[in-house]
Amino acid sequence: MTVTARLDREWQRFTPMRRLSRFAFYLFAVAALVVSLQTIDVIPEFLYDAPAQMADLFGRMWPLDPSYIKPTLKSLVETLHIATVGTVIAIVLAVPVGLLAARNVTPNPALNLFAKFIFVTSRSINSLVWALLFVAVFGPGPLAGTFAIAFRSIGFTGKLFAEALEESNRGSIEALTAAGASKLSTLVLGYWPQVRPAFWSIALFRWDINIRESAVLGLVGAGGIGVALDTALDLLYWDQVAVVLLAILVVVILAEIVVTTVRARVL
Amino acid sequence: MSDVTQPSADRSKPFAANWGARIGWCVLAVYLVYACSQLGFSAERFSAGIEHGQRFIARMFPPNFGRWELIASGIAESLQIAVIATFAGVLLSLPVGLMAARNLMPAWISWPTRGFIALCRSFHPIIVAILFVKAIGFGALAGVMALIVASIGFISKLFAEAIEEISAKQVEAVRATGAGFLSVLIMGVQPQVLPRFIGFATYQLDSNLRNSTMVGIVGGGGIGASLFTAYQRFDFDVVLAILIVIVSLIMVAEIVSGWARQVFQ
Repeated sequence: MTVTARLDREWQRFTPMRRLSRFAFYLFAVAALVVSLQTIDVIPEFLYDAPAQMADLFGRMWPLDPSYIKPTLKSLVETLHIATVGTVIAIVLAVPVGLLAARNVTPNPALNLFAKFIFVTSRSINSLVWALLFVAVFGPGPLAGTFAIAFRSIGFTGKLFAEALEESNRGSIEALTAAGASKLSTLVLGYWPQVRPAFWSIALFRWDINIRESAVLGLVGAGGIGVALDTALDLLYWDQVAVVLLAILVVVILAEIVVTTVRARVL
Repeated sequence: MSDVTQPSADRSKPFAANWGARIGWCVLAVYLVYACSQLGFSAERFSAGIEHGQRFIARMFPPNFGRWELIASGIAESLQIAVIATFAGVLLSLPVGLMAARNLMPAWISWPTRGFIALCRSFHPIIVAILFVKAIGFGALAGVMALIVASIGFISKLFAEAIEEISAKQVEAVRATGAGFLSVLIMGVQPQVLPRFIGFATYQLDSNLRNSTMVGIVGGGGIGASLFTAYQRFDFDVVLAILIVIVSLIMVAEIVSGWARQVFQ
């Protein structure tokens, strides 16, 4: 090959196959958007008075109704209980399933797949649907909400916990096995110290998510601050709705601050 | 030196008891007992619940796909809501995320933008949907708007973090050629963040799809309305049919978005 031929060679960033796949992705995305925009059912008449409705909404929200602060705080505490107990139950249920899902702890593909199936089911069903199902089982109230939060969280916590287990270093585990440690000792003394930071960070992260999620469960009768929101909405007391929204905002921000500080101190 | 010659006290007890942690576990246990009593945990409710649960599950089977036309139109609307909300949310997140990136923007722009993003993330999409249903009426548009807000809250935050993590060398190299701000963005920043950005967008599509099946409960359009109506009419076999369709749709979407992420790795 002469020098000029080498210089003339055209350099490309991607292989033809990847370029084709990228093009297919863009085409698919644009086609989905165009089809959706053309077929979606929107009532334009509703849009004309949207600014007026929006102004009306905020006008009705102000001033806040101070008499609603007390019931709001009471249901806010219930929401915190739901989120916390729900997270704890989720972790208790997710840890054994996570052990089953981790390929290095459970070297059995059938059991791994079974555990993954549990995770996917748990994550695919929205927390509101879980709440509907548990309201049918336990009747309306925070008990249903707690179990909805717990079952919804199994997938998330379990999946991340299993991934943390799979990433753990084999050295200390082999050392323990060589010393004749039992399976339980290997788990407690070999795996646990390695996954502990990940475990706490997963638990805190999920707790933070669950506080947001448990705030809406009351809309389907599963307890918490959503019940206060639902009552106020049904009665069209927007000044009370504003109180509830403000309470949710404050508690979400506080939870985020708590999670950030605890994470910085513990991990 | 003394560390090396004299083993510290910890070495003689490799698995020493951690009293702080033990007290922490006790506090957690006491709290759990208290909280469970507040939440109405009791043996009678569990035994009654198992009975109700059995009857409930018995009524769910076999799933009733008889109203498949209703289910299909609801699912189609949920898909439309998710696709439009993701596109609009991603487009709006580009400038918002850029404005929140502290390495490209002065503090007086980035901090207010970060506050706006935090506000978007604070409320569950269902609550935002309630407000939009009041503002722009029942229907798919309210659901779209609610999910756009949720998408901005999620993608802008991750996008801003991705921009903050980029290598400054390429940006400086482009800037050294005398390029303007827009050229720096397109030539220096965009190639570094595009793969991650596509990743966020496909995750958000999955998330929006899950939520678009729910906004119907509060009047935001999509399959959620049919699901909630069937539930309130105790047509639990229809509920199961809708749930099966939703779960399979979400699984297909996860496979497709996983493929998209691979293409842009």
